[in-house]
Amino acid sequence: MSVADYFDTMDYGPAPEADGDARAWIAKHDANFGHFIDGMFVKGSTTFDSNAPASGEHLAKLAQGSTDDVDAAVKAARKAQKKWAALPGHARARHLYALARSIQRNARLIAVIEALDNGKPIRETRDIDVPLAARHFYHHAGWAQLQNKEFPDYDPVGVVGQIIPWNFPVLMLAWKIAPALALGNTVVLKPAEFTSLTALLIAELAQAAGLPAGVLNIVTGEGDTGAALVGHPDVDKVAFTGSTEVGRIIRKQTAGSGKSLTLELGGKSPFIVFDDADLDGAVEGVVDAIWFNQGQVCCAGSRLLLHEGIADAFIAKLTRRMETLRVGAPLDKAIDMGAIVAPVQLERIKALVDQGVKEGATLHQPSGAIPATGSYFPPTLLSNVGTSSTVATEEIFGPVAVSMTFRTPDEAVQLANHSRYGLAASIWSETIGLALNVASKLDSGVVWVNATNMFDASVGFGGKKESGFGREGGREGAFEYLKPKFWKGAKRRPSTSLPEPKPQAGGFDLPTIDRTAKLYIGGKQARPDGNYSRTVASPKGNIIGDVGVGNRKDVRNAVAAARKATGWSAATEHNRAQIIYYLAENLSVRADEFAARMASVAGTTPAKAAKEVDAAINRLFSYAAYADKNDGRVHVPPLRGVALAMNEPIGVVGIVCPNEAPLLGAISLVAPLIAMGNRVVLVPSVANPLAATDLYSVLETSDVPAGVINIVTGDSQELGEVLASHADVDAVWAFGSHELSTKVESLSAGNLKRTFVDYGRELDWFAPAAEGPEWLRKACEIKNIWIPYGE
Amino acid sequence: MAWFTTRKRVNPMTSNVTLITQDAHLGHNNPLHPRNEVMEFDVGWVRDVRVNLSATERRVATLPGRRTVKKDAQAAWLLKALTCIDLTTLNGDDTEGRVRRLCAKAARPVRPDLLEALGMAERNLTTGAVCVYHRFVATAVDALQGTGIPVAAVSTGFPAGLSPHHLKVQEIKESVADGAQEIDIVITREHVLTGNWQALYDEMLEYREACGDAHVKAILATGDIKTLRNVARASLVCMMAGADFIKTSTGKEGVNATLAVSLTMLRCIRAYEERTGFKVGYKPAGGISTAKDVLNYQFLMKEELGREWLEPDLFRVGASSLLADIERQLEHHITGAYSAFLRHPIG
Repeated sequence: MSVADYFDTMDYGPAPEADGDARAWIAKHDANFGHFIDGMFVKGSTTFDSNAPASGEHLAKLAQGSTDDVDAAVKAARKAQKKWAALPGHARARHLYALARSIQRNARLIAVIEALDNGKPIRETRDIDVPLAARHFYHHAGWAQLQNKEFPDYDPVGVVGQIIPWNFPVLMLAWKIAPALALGNTVVLKPAEFTSLTALLIAELAQAAGLPAGVLNIVTGEGDTGAALVGHPDVDKVAFTGSTEVGRIIRKQTAGSGKSLTLELGGKSPFIVFDDADLDGAVEGVVDAIWFNQGQVCCAGSRLLLHEGIADAFIAKLTRRMETLRVGAPLDKAIDMGAIVAPVQLERIKALVDQGVKEGATLHQPSGAIPATGSYFPPTLLSNVGTSSTVATEEIFGPVAVSMTFRTPDEAVQLANHSRYGLAASIWSETIGLALNVASKLDSGVVWVNATNMFDASVGFGGKKESGFGREGGREGAFEYLKPKFWKGAKRRPSTSLPEPKPQAGGFDLPTIDRTAKLYIGGKQARPDGNYSRTVASPKGNIIGDVGVGNRKDVRNAVAAARKATGWSAATEHNRAQIIYYLAENLSVRADEFAARMASVAGTTPAKAAKEVDAAINRLFSYAAYADKNDGRVHVPPLRGVALAMNEPIGVVGIVCPNEAPLLGAISLVAPLIAMGNRVVLVPSVANPLAATDLYSVLETSDVPAGVINIVTGDSQELGEVLASHADVDAVWAFGSHELSTKVESLSAGNLKRTFVDYGRELDWFAPAAEGPEWLRKACEIKNIWIPYGE
Repeated sequence: MAWFTTRKRVNPMTSNVTLITQDAHLGHNNPLHPRNEVMEFDVGWVRDVRVNLSATERRVATLPGRRTVKKDAQAAWLLKALTCIDLTTLNGDDTEGRVRRLCAKAARPVRPDLLEALGMAERNLTTGAVCVYHRFVATAVDALQGTGIPVAAVSTGFPAGLSPHHLKVQEIKESVADGAQEIDIVITREHVLTGNWQALYDEMLEYREACGDAHVKAILATGDIKTLRNVARASLVCMMAGADFIKTSTGKEGVNATLAVSLTMLRCIRAYEERTGFKVGYKPAGGISTAKDVLNYQFLMKEELGREWLEPDLFRVGASSLLADIERQLEHHITGAYSAFLRHPIG
């Protein structure tokens, strides 16, 4: 086209970013890359191909990581870990600072390789991915510097295995390795098989920047390589970002291993537009939500929930906007969307869109053409989607938004939360009261108010429900790469067998009145469904009492009662504190009675048992005190606004109590959870369930609302498994045998509930560290609410 | 308002909008699209306006990364930009000689050899208008005879707009009588800042009436009215009252045209067209002095309003030094070497 032609048409014309340096870098490596292990690049035995999605062009051969490769990398990481952790924080800070600088110095090279390898627009790699990655290293250089002061009660976890997805190769690498390295861990990272090049480039930069050998290892490969890393016995922690399906496999694979785990998984994030929103602003929000990175974003705002009154107007504005989106070569500087990462993904997107249309959705796609060759899909909107449609619930992971309408704020919240996922949400309203109220009610780890897809190293990112657990970024993310020193000395719990009751004929004195403890469900004592009971005896066989044997139906009823008790989570912190103080007060009134009975079951002196009762009362006071003090934080990401890190209750939590410390153990687990607003289903100590069942009347007199604490006596293992597999339980804290921990972790994969287990290691429940911040951290889920402001 | 006949009229683009249409003899003088008419004041629409600053900023911050033009396309876009320039001199030391020199530049904005090299010699490119104070309207009209370039006059007590009302109206009429085809009026900021939308509407309506066939550009002085909500509301009110263009600033406020303000005003223009069917023009002014700057405004116009809004009947840029930078960029495009101001005739 001539100048005159352009003058008449005012078309944009091509604007290619030069890729000479990127190709020269690939050529320098003969387009054949090995692993980065122990500070050196080593060739793999077999290779696979990496292609450019925009053209299908072959870019390079990558090494297929074998179990030997993984083993070598883990060994190198293990060897380096002690020395790395022993470095002063300041030294590690210098290393991370150097990495940040190095990323900035090579920013354009990284951005171009990323666009070439992934197919995403150069604008996004250049303006978003790479700057955010550099920022992540700067921020975490800071945590290294401050580690001793800020986390004195924690050690690094050790050797960390990390697996990252293909949608943000270099940014996810930064999210993973920056906090791990900063806090004294060493890393074996497996990049996604579609997009490994920038990870290898970063390895090269790290090598040049003088990172010690073995601290960072990169093993390329496909799913098998990842499985080998996850399953490696000398890996202390696994951090995974990817699909919920693979997340579940990893949860099962690591169950019982003692490996710490963070999972950042899929989403179907709601994008809620109220009738008082800046609609044009919200339309641009949709562009950033679902047509960012071709919609291949775990937190993509893919479910548009539109206030019914403005839905038509909004769809009209949105479809107009779609017409101006440009889809084209990733290295063109004037496009909005590039290529889908691989043909297999493209096929999946196509199939889901077809299904959506078949199921009744209205299809909107812009009239403009997309490139004829290469892996492209146009920006797509499916409107009038029913809640029962596949595309309303399945993560499409492509540039496809679905829309439906709501009538009231309550209905918006209900539709938004009615999902197995809970990663992110976006709210559009110019009314501060409405926006913040809805933000507080959404079940998601991140909420953006009048904004979307904002990320920063200082603000934790991560999901609720089946979107995974753990946070990345900020103080909350740092904890994922630390372990409390408190756990270090925990010894294996001795297995104990229950004493056999030895019935004896009674005398002619006035007999005591029979006290058969029932279950405690929904604020009422309930007879166990199976109508069996078990006799509790002292070590010598003296019969102390009978407890009901609860079964799966009793657990079901207890969970239903806990689910219903939503008022507790909504109650004020002051109110919760008052009730926990009152519990302590009423327990103290009956302290002697508790001590006497506990002493007789345990076969110890009342004085020793009294110590436990006192400690339990003390502990209740602690958590009553914490209830209104474990407040969140105000993060300060680089924007005009704030991100509120709110500590929110997890929801319904199952608790399996250990045999030891039947009262103190139970209180130590229940109190932090209810202080933070959770509702619990408690399975008491099998050795002495009476310590818990005796609480029924204390709970009743202390105004604990019905359903907040439910108690089901019975077999720990059996009931623990029922709780762990129950889809309406949000977390399980299980203390007991190693087998119990393994089963609970494995079964939790069903709905990816959070678990807190002891792997059969016994804690000192009297220790000061048996209460406090670490327990509160586990009892909460952090939600970050981003609130940009300005008028 | 005696010369208005009020009648209900259903516009082809909309259904339930009441327009106050003018008598036929006061029709537009632009062949490309019908001139904006006057719409009944709708305070509900004004009050409904919502603009989120952060979201607006995010859009304009990312746009320059989303759109760019290179090589021949860039040269073409810059040539188009210069056809949209209201070449302006609004200084206390303006004289007849100064204005004549500016007019000569407006008529021959780019060296003929450069246009030849670009294959654009036959296009007879000129700037969109010459913009002066009332005192120099007659001079400019005389200097521009035969060029087809309209003269725009700033008016109504420019820049503060706080002269006696009858003098402001009279100023418009005298500029029109001297041959100005475009009148850039300034609104009374007080009406915006106090939320007196009816007063703003009435004022604008009267200015439009005084303009007659001359097109009227409403300067909102966005640097004075500050918030984007105010900008949006003032934009809507001025369009309802018949503005042919809405314009950001006088160039004399502390903050002049910005992309965020522009985006807000363009969205109002779009909303106005959706409701009434009339296309209103846009003129950012002040601070747009480089080729790179103006390209970003052009991208915003094309993305938000479409191709039509890249032509001088719907897009003007109030600028004095922009042209010189465009000339340098054009020469660079042709020769591959960076240019210098002194190689291009002074404006």
